[in-house]
Amino acid sequence: MFATLKFAALLLAVVVCWATQDYDYNDAEIDEEPTLGDSPYGSLWPLPQKVKISTVVFKLSGASFHIFDAKESSSGASCRLLQNAYRRYDEYIFTSSRKQGQNKSKKALASDMSELQVWITSADSECDSYPSVTSDESYKLSVDSPVAVLKAPKVWGALRGLETFSQLVYKDEYGAKSINRTDIHDFPRFAHRGLLLDTSRHFLPIKVILANLEAMAWNKFNVFHWHIVDDPSFPYLSRTFPQLSQHGAYHPYTHVYTPSDVKMIIEFARLRGIRVVPEFDTPGHTQSWGKGQKDLLTPCYSGASPSGSFGPVNPMLNTTYDFMSMFFKEVNTVFPDAYVHLGGDEVDFSCWKSNPDIQKFMEQQGFGMDYSKLESFYIQRLLDIITTTNKGYMIWQEVFDNGVKLKSDTVVHVWMGNKVEEELQKVTEAGFTTILSAPWYLDYISYGQDWQKFYRAEPLSFKGTDAQKKLVIGGEACLWGEYVDATNLTPRLWPRASAVGERLWSDRDVRDLNDAYSRLAKHRCRMVQRGIPAEPLFTGYCAHE
Amino acid sequence: MIATLKFTALLLAVVVCRATQDYGYKDVEEPTLGDSQYGSLWPLPQKVQMSTVAFKLSGVSFQIVDAKESSSGASCSLLQNAYRRYDEYIFPISRMQGQNKKKAFASVSELQVWITSADSECDNYPSVTSDESYKLSVDSPVAVLKAPKVWGALRGLETFSQLVYEDEYGAKSINRTEIQDFPRFTHRGLLLDSSRHFLPIKVILANLEAMAWNKFNVFHWHIVDDPSFPYMSRTFPQLSQQGAYHPYTHVYTPSDVKMIIEFARLRGIRVVSEFDTPGHTQSWGKGQKDLLTPCYSGASPSGSFGPVNPILNTTYDFMAMFFKEVSTVFPDAYIHLGGDEVDFSCWKSNPDIQKFMAQQGFGTDYSKLESFYIQRLLDIVTTTNKGYMIWQEVIDNGVKLKSNTVVHVWMGNKFEEELQKVTEAGFTTILSAPWYLDYISYGQDWQKYYKVEPLSFNGTDAQKKLVVGGEACLWGEYVDATNLTPRLWPRASAVGERLWSDKDVKDTNDAYSRLIQHRCRMVQRGIPAEPLFTGYCAHEYKGV
Repeated sequence: MFATLKFAALLLAVVVCWATQDYDYNDAEIDEEPTLGDSPYGSLWPLPQKVKISTVVFKLSGASFHIFDAKESSSGASCRLLQNAYRRYDEYIFTSSRKQGQNKSKKALASDMSELQVWITSADSECDSYPSVTSDESYKLSVDSPVAVLKAPKVWGALRGLETFSQLVYKDEYGAKSINRTDIHDFPRFAHRGLLLDTSRHFLPIKVILANLEAMAWNKFNVFHWHIVDDPSFPYLSRTFPQLSQHGAYHPYTHVYTPSDVKMIIEFARLRGIRVVPEFDTPGHTQSWGKGQKDLLTPCYSGASPSGSFGPVNPMLNTTYDFMSMFFKEVNTVFPDAYVHLGGDEVDFSCWKSNPDIQKFMEQQGFGMDYSKLESFYIQRLLDIITTTNKGYMIWQEVFDNGVKLKSDTVVHVWMGNKVEEELQKVTEAGFTTILSAPWYLDYISYGQDWQKFYRAEPLSFKGTDAQKKLVIGGEACLWGEYVDATNLTPRLWPRASAVGERLWSDRDVRDLNDAYSRLAKHRCRMVQRGIPAEPLFTGYCAHE
Repeated sequence: MIATLKFTALLLAVVVCRATQDYGYKDVEEPTLGDSQYGSLWPLPQKVQMSTVAFKLSGVSFQIVDAKESSSGASCSLLQNAYRRYDEYIFPISRMQGQNKKKAFASVSELQVWITSADSECDNYPSVTSDESYKLSVDSPVAVLKAPKVWGALRGLETFSQLVYEDEYGAKSINRTEIQDFPRFTHRGLLLDSSRHFLPIKVILANLEAMAWNKFNVFHWHIVDDPSFPYMSRTFPQLSQQGAYHPYTHVYTPSDVKMIIEFARLRGIRVVSEFDTPGHTQSWGKGQKDLLTPCYSGASPSGSFGPVNPILNTTYDFMAMFFKEVSTVFPDAYIHLGGDEVDFSCWKSNPDIQKFMAQQGFGTDYSKLESFYIQRLLDIVTTTNKGYMIWQEVIDNGVKLKSNTVVHVWMGNKFEEELQKVTEAGFTTILSAPWYLDYISYGQDWQKYYKVEPLSFNGTDAQKKLVVGGEACLWGEYVDATNLTPRLWPRASAVGERLWSDKDVKDTNDAYSRLIQHRCRMVQRGIPAEPLFTGYCAHEYKGV
């Protein structure tokens, strides 16, 4: 018997009482005797596009179960990405040490499942590539006895399918690892599913970044938007301009990311199908740049003399553009992703206004008193520089709003809380690709279950043609760093970001809060069990605790 | 030069930029912008005189010792344990070995701890009347900490450790300092809720440790409630067997409780247990048949249960036995009996209750029934020789209370009027209404907690004296072992200073500078206290 895509609609209060009492996926009789509040989809998160779960249960033997490359797979034992993933998921499934010895005699249980075969179907598995916005993350998973098969055109889909497979495994009442006969066909609704972390307002130790990349993979996120520098500190160690971090970081060698740190983070992310998109935000948000790079920032004036403080990047000096050109040339080689985020948000004009040289320049250029024209002048030249590095760029919405001329493949990042839908409409009307963050500023905390608010956001609710909607390629959850550091970042982020993860991966119609609550409570317990201190959704406990 | 009790008033923005750059205590003569002249002291002592003369503390020779004249000697394990603890805080990296030959610098070679009263109370439990005062005199070659009782010595040791800083070469340093200190309020509590989420022992212990650093002295243990009953009762073991989230992994055994109480005692912290009735008792009903009121749906029982059933004698027999046990397990002189948020709908639905109401002449006023229950419960608890604390509803409903009852004011609206009423009626009271730390919001909400003034209500001096303190409450709906500690600290620290320091200590900028450093110190000592704002701690990530 198959349970089809249909959700129980039960009172949240009931869900609260029940869902938190059992972490384990509760037996198979899904349609027959539905347990109050338990989702028919167990602990799956985000919910796959098409799921059929049968009541037939198989056991996974700790002694014999293995994840293998399928014979037909285009990817073999030399694909480190997959081999690493097999090891990871093996450990997740058999958290306690596996039993030793041969699984000799009796396969008493005809219902054993002995292996998961991973079959990369296209000729190029992309095993050694970096993921990109066009990477194929689709997969098909068929769980049956004695063999489960995971088919995916590329390794990226295999990674997603392995996570899904691990989420299907549960303990029966005797503690035996079990899995139901299941068929899944899955692919993401949006291609860009990102998480922004801010390493400037507080330095984040490497291990915190790695732990959260791991959690991202469990939630099928695929972009780490690394807001690496900003006003307060410059932790990026530039080979070309080492003085930037020497003077601009909180500490010149304990609070920096060295080239090898960056490399490690990028590789760790790649192995999980996650892109690393760095953001070097200019011309505003650059106070820390000025400490190591003389004359880069605009000197502010108090009356007729310099006040000693500095404003945005100085847009009228050629040295500025020489610097940017060299700097982004380096960034281009350090970060393999096809995109770099150039920021461009929240430029404060007061310092520019105070500076007599800038005033003169404005006059010469015929900008009048419109300083957004000066901003655009700067951005335009910056974009021209980036274009020569063959990178695409992402920018915050102000750049578009100010009418800067953008390359057609620019991604416009919508973040302002008011009039989100109008902005999406305008940006896509102009033909630009866009991603959405406005409803997902996770640094704004409030009492209670705010994950529901994040979950309910619908990125395509704006007015527009189908072609326009197609230009919305995803979104990002943003955890700005004013109030988070290594002490509290991880529990504040998870499972709140998980809500965004499902919104960006699952079908548009997956929006039943009660069903989501039941699955998310279990998914959160699974994250805790795997070592991420994800905070509780509500009163209760995890079975594994 | 002596810096007296006076605060700098600088722009917060400036503090943000500068104060986060240096954890180390800065010279007083040339005050760095935004750095408090009181360094990292938290909560601020009542009287502080700090000189610019700095001494070194030698990692080889510095020791904390009992003063010869002290009434408390090496047999006082409370103090010996504290010496060890504070030695480790002051010298977190392993101390240098070997002889300390030449004294190139003026140094402090020992801190003498001198208990001045004949009875040090070393082996007692702390109480609401415990003397926590102390005098600390830091000079070369000897610093002296004088306190009438061990409780003051514990507070003074914390203060001493907060005076130590690293100079620019990393040498442990301390300025010549005179401090005379005592708490403004005697009840400075923190409520943790181990029912909505079970809190592992080590989480409770870690937070008791942090409480001591913030001079809190009451752990209000909201141990059971509707969702679960983790207290393992010797008399009624079925309560936790059936009512806990798990019968043996999610319970506090008698030895767990004993350990927590002793761990707290060693830090001068009382453990006041709360067994809230007649509401908030769903989990009690799982293990104790007929304790709760059966709710009715029309003419027949609905299968669900309401508050404790107040009309059965068996209820009071149970309570008498149960609280007899509680009174022996928890040595504190007070028990918190709850009494909040009783939902009358179930009582109303039950025909037996209706009949009882008519017999008693209560009409349809169910608060009279609640009072009837509470009154009998209080009589029972009185026989155990315990005092009791209750949530404000009990007095609002006019229940007759013993004169030493402590009324706990928690309702957010009109708490000043409530304080006025309660103290007018002559009752001792503690305040929690402004300090519900489970209500989180964006930004620096510690300032909101800090700005509260518990004695701002209209009343006579005698009334104000009845306010013995307050408690920060972290209810458990949204916190467990994964997020409790960073959510609690340093937000609770704001309440800690409000309850310890002088009424006039309310300069938010000065507090901000000290609290940033205090927070970094907590992180360094192993408590993941969350950041106040953008910045970093100087000790962070060293060697990682």
